[in-house]
Amino acid sequence: MLAFEPARTARPVRKTRLFVLRVAARDMRERELVDLPKLFDEGDVIVVNDAATLPASLFGQTARGASVEIRLLAPPNDTREADAVIFGAGDWRTPTEHRAPPPLLGAGDTLVFGTGLEAVVVSRTSDRRLRIRFERSRDDVIASLYRAGHPVQYAHIREPLPLWEVQNVYASEPWAVEMPSAGRPLDFGALDALRKRGVAIARLTHSAGLSSISDHALDASLPWVERYRIPEETAALVGSAKRVIAVGTSVVRALESHAATGKLSATTDLRIDSRHELRAVDGLLTGMHDATTSHADLLSAFVPPDLLNEASRWALARGFLGHELGDSCLILDR
Amino acid sequence: MDIRGKAALVTGGSRGLGAALGEALAKRGARVVLVARDQGPLVTVVAKIKSEGGEAHALAFDVGDKEAAHRITGAAAALVGPIDIVVHNASTLGPLPMPFVLDTACEDLEAVLQTNLVGPMRIDKIVGGSMVLRKTGVIVSVSSDAAVSGYPQWGAYGVSKAALDQLGRVLGAELADHGVRVFSVDPGEMDTQMHADAMPDADRATLARPERVAETFVAMIESAETIAPGARLIASEWRRS
Repeated sequence: MLAFEPARTARPVRKTRLFVLRVAARDMRERELVDLPKLFDEGDVIVVNDAATLPASLFGQTARGASVEIRLLAPPNDTREADAVIFGAGDWRTPTEHRAPPPLLGAGDTLVFGTGLEAVVVSRTSDRRLRIRFERSRDDVIASLYRAGHPVQYAHIREPLPLWEVQNVYASEPWAVEMPSAGRPLDFGALDALRKRGVAIARLTHSAGLSSISDHALDASLPWVERYRIPEETAALVGSAKRVIAVGTSVVRALESHAATGKLSATTDLRIDSRHELRAVDGLLTGMHDATTSHADLLSAFVPPDLLNEASRWALARGFLGHELGDSCLILDR
Repeated sequence: MDIRGKAALVTGGSRGLGAALGEALAKRGARVVLVARDQGPLVTVVAKIKSEGGEAHALAFDVGDKEAAHRITGAAAALVGPIDIVVHNASTLGPLPMPFVLDTACEDLEAVLQTNLVGPMRIDKIVGGSMVLRKTGVIVSVSSDAAVSGYPQWGAYGVSKAALDQLGRVLGAELADHGVRVFSVDPGEMDTQMHADAMPDADRATLARPERVAETFVAMIESAETIAPGARLIASEWRRS
């Protein structure tokens, strides 16, 4: 199996390596990250997911004193409810399969987190999936969540990631429970240089969900239903663009869902793989993805399987880093 | 900028100019988030705004705390959406009575810079990119004549405000072509707790009411497109063009 080494630390953005694959020419090479804007031309539209990353991980206790971690799948809504995945005692340093199983909770059971934040279980859909409702006013819940919560952590990163390491420079509303990390190389300098080249930067917001739970049954069902919102200005730019480049798989899902349904704001369970014919997106800036993930399935909509295999081997042999906060991969049709 | 429906973040919002700005912005239909260290007085201001039919939310955080920056901006965006207006109003004078420069502990200068300069820069770094992408936004820093005059015993505060003005000048130039306006405003001497802390013997009758000065700030934000990038304005002299 082709598996990239992960990044072990949150490296400065300028240390990110850039792999560029031009599909029609079957051309693959490494470029300096600072040259990223030069790979785009006037009339291109780059679409980013402007969701900020929520501190979605909360450590707490059940009424019987059992330690648990919950990871929210979305920010608490107007009625202070949120879907969540529950884990037993321990933290991200322990692989999920070695962690204590979570206590089986049912409707009415309570959870208490730091800073006095409390929640009650509304319903349970599997051993690990819950819907919970936070007590107190929504203002208090949001403020407490930002005091007590941590970003969802990755087993491959040694030190805990602080909230500022998991935000893109253009992050707006906290819809994402994991960083839409494909956008990490796009700092203000890159955005400014792209604008000067006549490249439009458009935005949408997509609630990028958990990338992995390390529970085989649940992981096989990823990605789950996710919400997106596309501004009309973005839809117009995408419609008239010479070439549309999505930054991140969440943007592909949102734009392709819109192309299929015409809905600017909706939830989507669209799964994109080699059978999917792309209607809105021509290129993709993303991370380096292992062959078995749902992200890699999505790449096969852009790249024929033999070329994807060849490109993966090429990048692997040159030590590109995979997973979140790893290196970047730009796939262009020509 | 049309303020109605816009998301506004005001630091130092529990009293004085900050509280007055919160009220004035909410009265124009902004969705206001007020930040201050102490929850109690903040909640009182928010309750008053709500009782007058405005929208306001309280976030009790310290803008001088590195850990707080993303918590403030993230929670604010969760409550009112992407931030359109920021007013950097929170500031500290440092130890009181204010010492001469030769008697100022450098650690105290660093603490003043954390609250008055680095805190605002952290918030600018977070909300600025989102403003650039949305091609709209106004960032206002509250300055002081201590930023441009050599008043004895105003060393740490004056340095921090001069640096904050300069940060706004450079940021204003960098963001002007992206539709984001940045400027700073000297509000003049106001009848506030901070003024009483700095100059306890002043004649309060000669000082401006923060509510009046807040109205000028709101008019400036409404006219932001006409204000030169990075400009430093004086509230008592400014007229809508």
